[in-house]
Amino acid sequence: MSNLVPLIQNECLKIMKRKRFYVVLLVLLVLVPMFTYAQMKAAERSQEKFNSDWRLELQQRITDNENSLSSDRVPDEWKRYRQIFIQQMQYYLEHDVNPNHPNGVTFTREFLNNAISLFIPLLIMAIASDIVSGERTSGTIKMLLTRPVKRWKVLLSKLVALLMFVSLIVLSTFIIAYLISGLAFGYKGFDIPVFTGFRIVGSEVDMTGVHAVPQWMYLLMQGGLVWFVGICVAMLAFMVSVLVRSTAASIVIMMAALIAGNILTNMASAWSSAKYLFMVNLNLTDYLAGNLPPIEGMSLNFSLAVLAVWAVCAVIVSFSVFTRRDILN
Amino acid sequence: MNDHFSEIVLSVKNVTKKIGRKWIIHDVTFDVRKGEIFGFLGPNGAGKTTTIRMLVDLIKPTSGTIKVCGYDVNRQQEQALRHIGSIVENPEMYSFLTGWENLEHFARMQPGIDRQRIAEVVDIVRLERRIHDKVSTYSLGMRQRLGIAQALLGRPKLLILDEPTNGLDPKGIKEMRHFIQQLAEEGLAVFVSSHLLSEIQLLCDRVAIISGGRVLAVGEVDALISGSNDYVVWELKPAAQGKRILSGLEYCDIVEEPESVLDDNLLAGMSAEAIVTCISPEHTFRAVERLVASGVEVREVHRMNPTLEQLFLQMTEGESLE
Repeated sequence: MSNLVPLIQNECLKIMKRKRFYVVLLVLLVLVPMFTYAQMKAAERSQEKFNSDWRLELQQRITDNENSLSSDRVPDEWKRYRQIFIQQMQYYLEHDVNPNHPNGVTFTREFLNNAISLFIPLLIMAIASDIVSGERTSGTIKMLLTRPVKRWKVLLSKLVALLMFVSLIVLSTFIIAYLISGLAFGYKGFDIPVFTGFRIVGSEVDMTGVHAVPQWMYLLMQGGLVWFVGICVAMLAFMVSVLVRSTAASIVIMMAALIAGNILTNMASAWSSAKYLFMVNLNLTDYLAGNLPPIEGMSLNFSLAVLAVWAVCAVIVSFSVFTRRDILN
Repeated sequence: MNDHFSEIVLSVKNVTKKIGRKWIIHDVTFDVRKGEIFGFLGPNGAGKTTTIRMLVDLIKPTSGTIKVCGYDVNRQQEQALRHIGSIVENPEMYSFLTGWENLEHFARMQPGIDRQRIAEVVDIVRLERRIHDKVSTYSLGMRQRLGIAQALLGRPKLLILDEPTNGLDPKGIKEMRHFIQQLAEEGLAVFVSSHLLSEIQLLCDRVAIISGGRVLAVGEVDALISGSNDYVVWELKPAAQGKRILSGLEYCDIVEEPESVLDDNLLAGMSAEAIVTCISPEHTFRAVERLVASGVEVREVHRMNPTLEQLFLQMTEGESLE
């Protein structure tokens, strides 16, 4: 195994020299300030309206949602979603905790909740999509595979390098989101309590398991889930990159799959076997926050298992195809 | 000339390859010995590149064995590939890295290659001045040289070059030829593919001629060519009288359509008056005697190098080139 280390070093070097990682950082550095600004504007507006009394604001939101429940024009699924939201907000109100306290840590938490299913997978694809297909497009795969190294070692070194960069991307997303939003909202907020453990039974929320955790711990749990999603998406993109010769095709296939996942999730689908698709299982952080899952019968463990099975299959397919295939061009 | 006792570096036995439903390679067999330059001659699409890809384990043969220094290329890849340096088709390197970084990258994939060895191969291909520039700024000739440096890194016993003079200018071609000969003199076995007979003649000791996925002949270059170079171009004055005399000789046949047997290079250099005949070297002297005796001025007698096509025609006995 000792000769695997220089191979991984090679792959990391190529990723860095291709400047893909810098592109990822640049995207974060441009987009996070935009989101921060939007959030700041929203905070300013509610401050004007409610004289910085968050209880008043929260009460207003609960009332708004309750009113909409009586309307016939609102679909039943939305009603369920709102009922759950109302119950959670009431819980926060009863326990005198502001769920949207404006600070850098809360922003980071909210940002990652929204980024987990599309934004972070997209950043990962910037590196994963051409990690194998790029070598085929440029023809350098011939130089790579005519070395006295077994093919599975070459592929493994690429996979390890990729997973290292996925971890780095997840970490940088957290750090950049925190540092930039902190400029606007302040860097405090690590020990604000956040409630987790909501269990959804039908359209009721089971509060028995609810407990408060400090926000830093919540962030850690979230980080683990984001990382897990990142790893799974990376392995799938890796497989596509092995199977498809062109990098463009590889990106399009993964994008289509991810966007399809988002659309299916929003359809709150009645098609229950869709829950076995990997792309509707990416919103792992929703389980922490206690949001309604897109399809009935989904739970954190279920989603983790579905993603893990998909990822493992992707790795098996990648290795068995790559080690056997004839390199014809 | 290589004697038959010298060590066999590459041995290809009954190799076939089927891609989809089509047989691309039918039963290819040949050996390459230490210190020789072995040519692999055939037109485009004959299966040269497919064969080369099998030699370096990019493609697995459907049947047959390929051994390098006694190791099976498709089963003992790590041991076999250690002895091979290769350029398959174009020397594609990472264009976003410098030449030196490329070499370092490949050096890491093989134990026992240190900085000194990298500097050595850079020196061999004379790329010192530009080695720290990005490959994207290199000319084709420099990329070709970097490709060779890459192939030589692991001190191989067998060097495989696929059309090494493709895209080079005449000076570059000459340099490349000289360079390959030098490597062979140092004991390397060199396997060179080409679709140009003249190039193989100038460079190689032995040659395998391949067409339609079959090896038509393997042997010393001169031996394979002798017998096919019976075409002689005559410049006579007066041409009409000369032609009459030549056509009267029973050992001399006039070729009415020289385009069919000579290649364009030679045709371009010929005058309109030139007569092309098919005549053996032994009879040429007698023909000249007859012409001179009849008062015909013999300005030029020129034996022509056969074209690859001609060689094929002769080997397949009239079957046309696939």
